[in-house]
Amino acid sequence: MADTTANNNLNAQMEPGLRPSLPPPTIETGAIGWVRHNLFSGWLNTLLTVFAIYILYLVIPPFVSWAFINATWTVPPLAAGAADHPPQFGDCRANAGACWIFVEARLPQFIYGFYPAPERWRVDIVFVILALSVVGLLSERFKFKRQLGIFFFTAFPVLAFWLLYGGLGLEVVETRLWGGFMLTLILSGIGIVFSLPLGVLLALGRRSELPVVHMLCVLLIEFVRGVPLLTILFMANVMLPFFLPPGVEFNVLLRVLLGVTIFAAAYMAEVVRGGLQALPKGQYEGAMAMGLGYWQMMRLIILPQALRIAIPGIVNNFISLAQDTTLVAIVGLYDFLNIVRAGSRDTNWLGTEIEGYAFCALVYWVFCFAMSRYSMHLERKLHTGHKKR
Amino acid sequence: MAQAAQIPAASDQPMIELSAVNKWYGQFHVLKDINLTVYTGERIVVCGPSGSGKSTMIRCINRLEEHQKGRIVVDGAELTHDLKKIEQVRREVGMVFQHFNLFPHLTVLENLTLAPIWVRKMPKKEAEEVAMTYLKRVKIPEQAAKYPGQLSGGQQQRVAIARSLCMNPKVMLFDEPTSALDPEMIKEVLDVMIELAKSGMTMICVTHEMGFARTVANRVIFMDRGEIIEQNEPEEFFKNPKSERTRLFLSQILHH
Repeated sequence: MADTTANNNLNAQMEPGLRPSLPPPTIETGAIGWVRHNLFSGWLNTLLTVFAIYILYLVIPPFVSWAFINATWTVPPLAAGAADHPPQFGDCRANAGACWIFVEARLPQFIYGFYPAPERWRVDIVFVILALSVVGLLSERFKFKRQLGIFFFTAFPVLAFWLLYGGLGLEVVETRLWGGFMLTLILSGIGIVFSLPLGVLLALGRRSELPVVHMLCVLLIEFVRGVPLLTILFMANVMLPFFLPPGVEFNVLLRVLLGVTIFAAAYMAEVVRGGLQALPKGQYEGAMAMGLGYWQMMRLIILPQALRIAIPGIVNNFISLAQDTTLVAIVGLYDFLNIVRAGSRDTNWLGTEIEGYAFCALVYWVFCFAMSRYSMHLERKLHTGHKKR
Repeated sequence: MAQAAQIPAASDQPMIELSAVNKWYGQFHVLKDINLTVYTGERIVVCGPSGSGKSTMIRCINRLEEHQKGRIVVDGAELTHDLKKIEQVRREVGMVFQHFNLFPHLTVLENLTLAPIWVRKMPKKEAEEVAMTYLKRVKIPEQAAKYPGQLSGGQQQRVAIARSLCMNPKVMLFDEPTSALDPEMIKEVLDVMIELAKSGMTMICVTHEMGFARTVANRVIFMDRGEIIEQNEPEEFFKNPKSERTRLFLSQILHH
């Protein structure tokens, strides 16, 4: 009798939920647990961990001391008796680290290229409008998105061109003077904005049942993809004028833009085609069965889904496009990277190449990383499979 | 049987006419000389073994498949390569698919209002009111704001039916509407279809739900190897199948 009672008591104590679960022993959780599980779970893992720590030890301290601790951040006061001179690499001799005054002194040129200094406010206005528009278009809560979108894709390009190029009361600034970050932004911006719709059209054309459209799209895509961008840029620059009637001048920047955009569009087309093919046939049939026309079906049903599937590939293309714009240096344009390189070849700044490249890398990284993060955010936002937006 | 009595009889106005329709997939002859007239208000159940061409036949009626020989006339419009005609026919013919084919990136309500707004040019507000009426008719108005992926199979199929009805079609085609459903969800979909039949809708259903055929069909058609083998009123069809193939088929599907 007593035995059963004891048993019952024991059973009652063992009921799930009767007592709060105890936390697992500390050895299994927290920092120690994490380290044990992830870094030292076996001899191979331990070896790799030790090796990785050794590599980090070799790389990080010297880098930190070069980039920060021993770096020259400001122009040192003039030594007694020294001749007054503009800042130059010699001013950094006292410190073993990076010579950041190079970036500081050259920053305006890095941003505007050879754009005449008194006119640079025009570029600034374009930058500000661009930045505000992008923030407005990408933010979740902005109310006038539609109006802003219309402005951004119609009025803004015209306005920006007028401000940058001039005319109608503004002094004309030839495109050969454009350069630096501004040029990089123009090339990647226009490349991105035009390559996506063009790529979508090419992808649709490639899947078209009209033989002529299909053939033309396949030809264009396969031709462009089969040729390196450098070749296309050369061709755009050197060969295109041969095909034009004599006397017709075609701006270098425009030629390069055309080359970059078509190049990106061909790749974009294949990414979009992947998205289109991932959609079940039923989506097309569902749309057609309701009487939607081809373009309605594409715009309302197929593309929204196909593009969502293709986001990682699309953004991948955007990022590589932004970086490929550095190749325009080959046809004599001074984009961001090229102008930084040119700066460090200036006799006053010989020896600052590493600083220049490091600065470039940082700026490109910030922009490309931002794009990548935004694309991940977009993918999550558009995921309607199971949960509400 | 009580239900059958409530179902209105078909008229003698032809709605769909297939005459000597032939179709090939490469060498494979899917449809062989199909002749079929469907009258306004008529409800036809098409059955037959898989690969017999029944889905292909009804998919030819709204030109999701193209026939190569013969004539198909739907509500006075002949289906040819004329895109305008095809779209006109598709506006008047609703279709419900085995796999629902709802648009996963749109809410239930947006799924329903899309075609009325873009194809019928209906104002958004009116389209939404119409959509809510049909959602009530298929008994899921509370799901309007959800995405299709959040609904059960039966609910999705009912949304698909409501979506077709929002276009106010003259004919409804059902292509195995319950074949992809879990058994416990079949009834809710069939109930909606029976309800629709009572309202006098012209319907062609490819289905193996013989109970449904008995309840609502004016005519049951048996197809095999691309041909219409036999057609009759359901009572006669099930009691006295004339051909050997029909008998074999019925014995196979009615066994379990």
